[in-house]
Formats: sequence, structure tokens, C-alpha cells
Amino acid sequence: MNLFIYDQSFEGLLSAIHDALETGIVPDKIVSTRLYQDDLFATKFDIATDLEKSEKLWDMVRIKSSKQNCERIYTAFLSELPEIELVIYNYIKLIINMPYNTEADFSNDYVIKINAIYRKVSREAQRILMFVRFQKTVDDIFYASHDPQYNVLPLAVKHFKNRFADQKWVIFDTRRRFGYYYDLHDVREITISNKKISFETGKIDNDIMHVSEKLFQNLWQNYYNAINIRERKNLKVHMQFLPKRFWKYLPEKDLIKNRQIENSIVTVE
Amino acid sequence: MLTETINKLKILAGAAKYDVSCASSGSNRPNTGKGLGNAAPWGICHSFTEDGRCISLLKLMLTNYCIYDCAYCANRKSNDIRRTTFTVIEVVELTIAFYRRNYIEGLFLSSGVIVNPDYTMERMVQVAKDLRIKHNYHGYIHLKSIPGASDELQQKAGLYADRLSVNIEIATEPNLKMLAPDKNYMSIMNPMTTIKNKIIENKEDRRKFRSAPRFSPAGQSTQLIVGATPDSDKQILSLAGNLYTNQNLKRVYYSGFIPVNSYDKRLPALAEPPLRRENRLYQADWLFRFYHFSIEEIVNDNHPDLDLEIDPKLSYALRNPWLFPIDINKASYETLLRVPGIGVKSAKLIVVSRQYNKLTTENLKKIGVVLKRAKYFITCNELKMPTVNEISPEYVRKALLSDNVQAKNNNKSKLYKQLSLFP
Ligand code: SF4
Repeated sequence: MNLFIYDQSFEGLLSAIHDALETGIVPDKIVSTRLYQDDLFATKFDIATDLEKSEKLWDMVRIKSSKQNCERIYTAFLSELPEIELVIYNYIKLIINMPYNTEADFSNDYVIKINAIYRKVSREAQRILMFVRFQKTVDDIFYASHDPQYNVLPLAVKHFKNRFADQKWVIFDTRRRFGYYYDLHDVREITISNKKISFETGKIDNDIMHVSEKLFQNLWQNYYNAINIRERKNLKVHMQFLPKRFWKYLPEKDLIKNRQIENSIVTVE
Repeated sequence: MLTETINKLKILAGAAKYDVSCASSGSNRPNTGKGLGNAAPWGICHSFTEDGRCISLLKLMLTNYCIYDCAYCANRKSNDIRRTTFTVIEVVELTIAFYRRNYIEGLFLSSGVIVNPDYTMERMVQVAKDLRIKHNYHGYIHLKSIPGASDELQQKAGLYADRLSVNIEIATEPNLKMLAPDKNYMSIMNPMTTIKNKIIENKEDRRKFRSAPRFSPAGQSTQLIVGATPDSDKQILSLAGNLYTNQNLKRVYYSGFIPVNSYDKRLPALAEPPLRRENRLYQADWLFRFYHFSIEEIVNDNHPDLDLEIDPKLSYALRNPWLFPIDINKASYETLLRVPGIGVKSAKLIVVSRQYNKLTTENLKKIGVVLKRAKYFITCNELKMPTVNEISPEYVRKALLSDNVQAKNNNKSKLYKQLSLFP
């Protein structure tokens, strides 16, 4: 069994695929150092990430197919699915070996597979745009916790930078413990170490919360409840569109908190 | 902004909720410079109500006071309800605060008529203007034009809003007269025509001078109430088709009638809102807009009403069995779209994929074709299976209906499936 080990970066994976294609050694498994467990019976190949190699391969994929196809592959990589490396290896091999562009051949299983994963990851990325909820801090930073199934935060940055160009914001991936901070000029990758944010509830602490924040959350909750049409209630559809795993960071789903605020509302501001 | 605002919000959001035109798509307003917001051309849902509707816009009425007395409306003047009015500033601040927190894509503002149509419309325009100019806001704004407001105000509204709409509500003129005696067809159709002409004119201007301001870039839409009057689906869909073709409307929304004023004897007594009919109308609307069907093919004098049991595409196929089976590997894109079980996406994939290989049923399944339905209407690169012609439309209908029932009993088919558009 041929086991390729790479450094979990996308360039690392491309380097591994490059080596496999060049040497003709067929990997049975490609695994990142993060998930690697020693396997006594495997022939191991430690792949050094090589930007020249990865770029060369990437250019070739683009020439043989299209820019969109490259985007598709990178997006699929962000799924972090256990077998994703091999899926990408097989797909790139197909693209490169065929005399014509095969990216739209939906009678091919590799094409179907990569597209299915691409769709799932894109949907998860879309959900960031939908379900991120900012909370305003005393320093006028708008903070949001998010817990995506796949590693899709990088795909969402551009959207938020365009839309919220005139406010500072942070979006933090509580599962992977990193986030992005926009300071009105640039977006930077950050980690958060202080204890002012609960990754469980996604909430920022009261003492760093802007005085108006609870009021607006409360207004939003009231809005959410007011527009419900009881005659049309349909929880199955509701759950389909708004899966339960997203509820934990949505103020409109925070019924318990809702009640607490209702009681304390007079003291706000 | 305190308890008072909360109460206003409860009342005026509750009053606006029956207006279903929530879509925020179709506008592409970039964030120029460093302002707040942009309108994404595809629109984004930020949450979902418990009935599964997309929440994309902050939908409010400026006031639920009204001098009119439309029978189907909860805010009609003869109803004894809590009434209130937002100030312009309140609406503006709510919109900005919600937008900054990523709760919404923008604002949808309608209003009851106070004093007179112009007075009402002017305040709505003021909200839009303040958002754009004072707050440098580039997010989405949808204004519901007040029937009877002056051309000048419609014009102003279109400069700040992404979309304007005038609700027709009742599909036929005599029935509109009966239920909404203060409105008339002209007062609705005239603004629609004004807006249409302004949009066309504006497109011309922008071709000549790229700096010309946009006018209602996401077009206009309207809403029709379904089931409050005896109007047939043919009447409703013919009107819709006409609006799409002649008034360049972007969307027509259908809203199953919810009996809010059960005391009014001009209205039918319904056990529950006609949601299934509403859904069938949306499906028919899609067939017209995306599937190259004509209205006449969907409803006509022989079939004035949509079949509630099966979707309009299947219904069309079963009424016209001689058009089938079609050959998956040869049929044109338009023909593929007519097959029950093949949607826009799978039709496109079929067209690109069959250039590489002849497609088999196995391929079709992976592409996303619902074979359970499609199999009666197609042939592909394989042994022939019995089609709708050999086994009769009645049989196919029964087979597909019992499939549905079974699936429902298995509890596998979520209601979403029935209510989804196609396959
Ligand atoms: S004009 Fe509008 S708000 Fe007034 S009663 Fe008629 S539908 Fe209702």
C-alpha cells in the first residue's frame, strides 16, 4: 500500500499529486500530517511542499480545463472530508490525461463526485452569508461566531469585506479556532485567546457589549415572532431550510434569552 | 428607541407579514466607495419563519392606519385593531441596525393609506432617500407604491428603490370592485405602466450616459390573492402572463387567501388557506418563465383550473401523451424540459454530458433526473421500457400518485418535497 503524507496545505496536496503523476506511483491513500496514524504495512512517501511543483500542476489543470474548474477543486478541498485527497487526485489525473476537457462529462463518476462535494461545500459557504449574526462591541467592532461543517470561512471573506466596508468586523470559526478581522482597510487572519467570548453560545460578554446590542437583538427576536403566520406553520420545511445545527448562534432562536431580556428591557440604555 | 418601538415593530411587522413578495434578488447595486452594503444579485435568505418562508427583508408597514376598506385586508378601516405609525427615523434606524448585524438584505416598506395617496407615498420615499443619502446605504430597498400617488412621486421612489411594486391582489376587475371599492383597476395599472416606461427610458439613458442614476434596477412585481374570489386559474395565469410579457414584471406572487375578516360575507369561508393551489400556481408560473411553456398550454378553456393532485408539468404530459417518449440523447433542450422529472439543471447537464457519451439511465440518475417519473416519458441508450403510450396516462397518474402516498406513509418524503417546485 502506498501512503502519501502531506502537510495539510492545498499546495502540499498538489505537490503530492504532482509527484504521484510524475513517478507513476499510484497512491492508495493520501493523508495530511494532522490525521496521519502510523501504518506499519504501508510504503510511506513524505511529501515536501514545493510551490514550484504545485504551481506547475495547477497551471496544467487550468489549461486543460478552466478557471472555474480550479475553483471547484479548491472548494472541494475545503470540505476536509477523509477521502478528499484521493478524490482530487483521481479527478486531476482524469483532467490531465484526457485529450479534451472532461469537466462537464457527467457520465463520469469522478466528475459527478467532485461536483457533489463542490455543491455541498458551496452551500455551506453560502450559509455563512445567511446565518452570520454580528454583535456590536463597545469598541464598535461587529463580532460573529460561526461553526461551519467545512472549512469555508476563507470563501466568505470577500463578500463581507464588500458589504460591510464601513464597519470593523470579526468572523470567527469556533470549530477550527481561527477567524478574520477587518479593520476598515484590510482583512487579517486572527486567533482569539481572551475569555470574553463563549464559543458555546457564540455570545460576547456583557461587559464588552455595546449598550444598544441587546435592544436590537430583542427587536429582531420580536420581529421574527411577529411575522410568523400561524395558519401556515410547517416545521418540517422550516428545519430543512434552517437546520438545527445553526440555531445555537441565532438570536431569533434564543428563546430563553428572549424572555430574560423582556424582563430586563427597561434597564437598557 | 424603547418599549414603544418594540410595540410598534410588533404591530407593523405583523401587519405586513401577509405580503409574500419577499425576494430580494435581481438587483446588483455595488458598494461604491466605503458605504454600507450592496445588493447581491441572487438575494440571500437570512432566516426562515416557522412556515418555511425565507426572511430576507425587514418587511414593515409605515402605518396600519388606513382610509380604505378592502375586504381581504386586516388593516381595513372598519376593523377595530391596534394601530400605530412609525416615524421615518425609526424605520431608517431599524433598517441600518439590522443590516449591520447581517440580519437582513434590506427593507421592504408598504403602508396603509393615510390622508391621501401622495401624503403616504411621500413619507415612504423619505425613508428610502434618508437611507441612501444620509446613511450612504447601498442595500436593497423595495417600496410598495401606493395606488393613486402622483407620477412625480413614483419617479422619485424609483430613484432610491431597487424594486417597486403595486399589488393587484384580485385578478379580475369586477371582483376587485366588489372587494376593494376604493380602488380601481386604473389606479393600479397606471402606476405600473408609468414605472415600466420609466425603467425602459432609464435603460436608454444609462446606455447613453453611464452616470445616469438607476431607476428601480430590480424592476417591479405584484401580488395576486388566490381563493378570495371565484376567479379561475386560467384567469389568474393569463393576467400573470400578460404582466410578464407586456408590463415587463419581474415577479408575480400568489398568496393563498387567509380569511382575516371572517365576518365579511363577500368572502368565502375557508377551512384553511389554499396552500396547495398557491403552490401549483407557482409551479405553473415557473413553467412559463423557465420551461418555455405558454400559458395556453398550462391552462385553457378545457382545463381552466390546475390539477391539485399532480403538478402542472405532469398534468400537461398526461394530457399530451403523443408527444412522448422523447430520446434523451437527441431531444432539444426545450423538449427535455417538458419531461416530468427533468428540471432545468438536469436538462442542462444532459445536453453537455451527451456530447461525451450516449447517456444511460444510470447516468441520468446521477445527473439528478427523477427516474421514477421520467421513465414513462423517455427512451435512452438502452432497452425500451414501457412508456406512457403503452400503459396509458391513467395508469401513470395512478402509479405516481400511489408512489406519493407510499412515500408519505414512509414519512420519508418531507412536505418540502411536495411543495418544492420541480421535479
Ligand atoms: S389600501 Fe391596503 S392597507 Fe388599506 S385596506 Fe386596502 S389593502 Fe388594506
